Amino acid sequence: MRNGCILVCAFLTLALSGAYAQGLTPAELLKPPADSWPTYNGDYSGRRFSSLTQINASNVQNLALAWATRFTAGGGGGRGGGVQIKSTPLLVNGILYFTSPNNVWAADARTGRELWHYQYPPNTGSTIGNRGVGIYGNWLFFESPDSNLVSLDARTGKVRWKVSIADPKLDYTSTVAPVVIGNHIVTGIGGDHLDNPGFIQSRDPETGALQWKWWTTPRKGEPGMDTWPDEYSASHGTGQAWIPGTYDPELNLYIVGTGNPNPVMAEKSRKGDNLYTCSIVALNPDTGKLVWYFQPSPHDVHDWDAVETPILFDGVIDGQKRKLVAQASRNGYFFVLDRLTGKRIVGTPFIDTVNWAKGYDAKGQPIGNPAKYPTTDGVLVSPASGGATNWQAPSYDPDTGLFYVGTSRSYSMYYLTDTDDHPEGWGGVDSSVGNEGNALLALDYHTGKPVWRHDWPSGGGVVNNLSTAGKLLFTSNGSNLIAFQAATGKILWHAGLMASPSAGPITYMLDGKQYVLTAAGDSLYAFTVNQPVQ
Amino acid sequence: MQIREGGALPLLLLLAAGASLTAQEPAAGRAGRAQGRGEAAAVAGSKEDPAAVERGAKLYQTNCAGCHGVSARGGVGAPDLVRSSLVLDDEKGILIAPVLRNGRPDAGMPKPNLTEAEIGDVIAWLHVQTFAAGHRTTYAFKDVLTGDPKKGEAYFAATCAGCHSATGDLKGIGSRYDAFALQARWLQPRGGRGGGRGGRGGRGADAGAGAARGAETVTVTEASGRKISGTLDRIDDFSVSLHDASGEYHSFTREGDSPKVEVHDPLKAHTDLLAKYTDADIHNVTAYLVTLK
Repeated sequence: MRNGCILVCAFLTLALSGAYAQGLTPAELLKPPADSWPTYNGDYSGRRFSSLTQINASNVQNLALAWATRFTAGGGGGRGGGVQIKSTPLLVNGILYFTSPNNVWAADARTGRELWHYQYPPNTGSTIGNRGVGIYGNWLFFESPDSNLVSLDARTGKVRWKVSIADPKLDYTSTVAPVVIGNHIVTGIGGDHLDNPGFIQSRDPETGALQWKWWTTPRKGEPGMDTWPDEYSASHGTGQAWIPGTYDPELNLYIVGTGNPNPVMAEKSRKGDNLYTCSIVALNPDTGKLVWYFQPSPHDVHDWDAVETPILFDGVIDGQKRKLVAQASRNGYFFVLDRLTGKRIVGTPFIDTVNWAKGYDAKGQPIGNPAKYPTTDGVLVSPASGGATNWQAPSYDPDTGLFYVGTSRSYSMYYLTDTDDHPEGWGGVDSSVGNEGNALLALDYHTGKPVWRHDWPSGGGVVNNLSTAGKLLFTSNGSNLIAFQAATGKILWHAGLMASPSAGPITYMLDGKQYVLTAAGDSLYAFTVNQPVQ
Repeated sequence: MQIREGGALPLLLLLAAGASLTAQEPAAGRAGRAQGRGEAAAVAGSKEDPAAVERGAKLYQTNCAGCHGVSARGGVGAPDLVRSSLVLDDEKGILIAPVLRNGRPDAGMPKPNLTEAEIGDVIAWLHVQTFAAGHRTTYAFKDVLTGDPKKGEAYFAATCAGCHSATGDLKGIGSRYDAFALQARWLQPRGGRGGGRGGRGGRGADAGAGAARGAETVTVTEASGRKISGTLDRIDDFSVSLHDASGEYHSFTREGDSPKVEVHDPLKAHTDLLAKYTDADIHNVTAYLVTLK
């Protein structure tokens, strides 16, 4: 509360000062208009829930293609030559903004027609994926594979400036959609092959100047250092935050997940809990100071980044209204925390094959079983390093009270390959040995238990989700975009696309029509329900 | 993710593909064969001259290892060179060579007595070390054979012998695979699918592997009572397709429970056992199977 008013007031001042005409004001991010999808998750909460109801459970069977457009990278962008749009598109003032590594596009949301295409220069960064852009006024913010933060003019796609946020030769790579909070552009990075330090940075939207930098592992004299053997192991402990976080404007907390510690699978030189890796952390976005943390995987040895979107919602626990944050974590556990303190309220595995923990510590965090640490001859662990779930967006529907997440009951043999006293990099590998099935789960946040589940007949279960007040849940399996009845798990509609949906579906109103839009491979597909002639 | 959904790459090809670039979407993928890994793979991957690397290794051990450690990962008072930003940022020795020419007297590093050619060799070796640390596909497996073959034989007799025989289908299997590949293979024989049911992605990309060993079969029973069986081509919630015994292709639209679809996975026993093995069982069975020469 304390900082909330100050920030909200600042937002209002910005809005009233005439910035409204220019693109999107930061104030609008607090309450996104129905004709927009202005952030990675649609709003700050991360729920990926829309209050729109024009497309609903009674008419979704009439949902039909309005347009589809294929986008090309031109001169050599994207791994393997093909464009993979893994970004959730933004929609602002009727224009869609979306990315693939090294590429940003703007397209007319009414027609799908490309307005401009920005191509980042050739570089050696990893092109594994890009989650999209952030927008502030008329300025777009994009992270390049070689870890530059690039600001573009949203009207033209022309570069305003670019600043380096990390050294790509130290194995950093950037995929995050920057998060705009007030006048902060909050960035994250990835890369964990060379034990590089992890951090989150905030940059000035006008100049790109550094506002603050929060190391994901403690430095000398800081709290948490006692969870590492020494400063050296902490400073090379990695913990990259490579998925955009969520934001509570009232508490003024940026809540984000961090990735695995390094060396990844060789833990000999990093005994201890290894804070703040594999953690959900709450930062003050004005200062970059840590307010609280919760660690889903203390002393992780299986590459289970806790970066999955921490969803913010208000719920009722034991008759009390509570501010909550929930995460279905890659390690197979579902957690609900108190958003003010980070204290655990619910914690339970959401796949039944999890076999790596032996109970919980005093904070309710799983205690890893040392017998399941990687060994030279291999140990069988579920989930595999890809996780029980991964970066693909979950969704929370306040009408059903259900948390939707795509899951996999996977197994791997985890091998230790680096037995040196000072292991480096990954220090091991895992080898997939099977899967007991993939399912879409609708979890009751009070218990973490599924109210319904849909077992997919084949693979591809870890996918993006979107829920709406139209009593619908949109998700995908293989190349099918699918609508479920959100409360019951009954399939109501599907469409087979030319590729598997590769980013979170979004929805918005435009000219009185509700659209559902998804990226699949190199194309965007927009669907509407045709309305009766007036 | 892409690798996991990739469908029917032949087993060996998939093994060679190894791990992906970053941890973000690692696609638990098959971790790789024991072969094609280790130092030689790192030298090849780093594109350094193998002869220079070999000379550099000797020069490093003589001149540098005393302080920086035999694996260049640091020693008393001397930094880890594999994590060194100077080494990682280096290209063609531009950054490293001056340090090797002059030492760092201010930091307590004496000037090594190396010729320009020798400096180039040490740099080549250092580049291989950073490449090796950063590339999982070069990581060499250690000894997988830690189990007790006698116990493995007993476990096999109790659990596996219903389907497999040491003198029949598995005869000589210990000669066909190295120990690591054998362990991966017997745990999950369906190699090209990322294991079990996880690999198809509902796309039917692996139609070409329809006749592969361990392929699933399916029986579709239409409302009329007509049954059609064959090798499963592709299935999702909305359609199912198969090739019957004569090779004819059949495709059906699915609406909930209609038509009735029964998939039979001959490798289901392998998947079901994953929740039951102890790690000792796994190591014992591998130790036993390698004796089947």
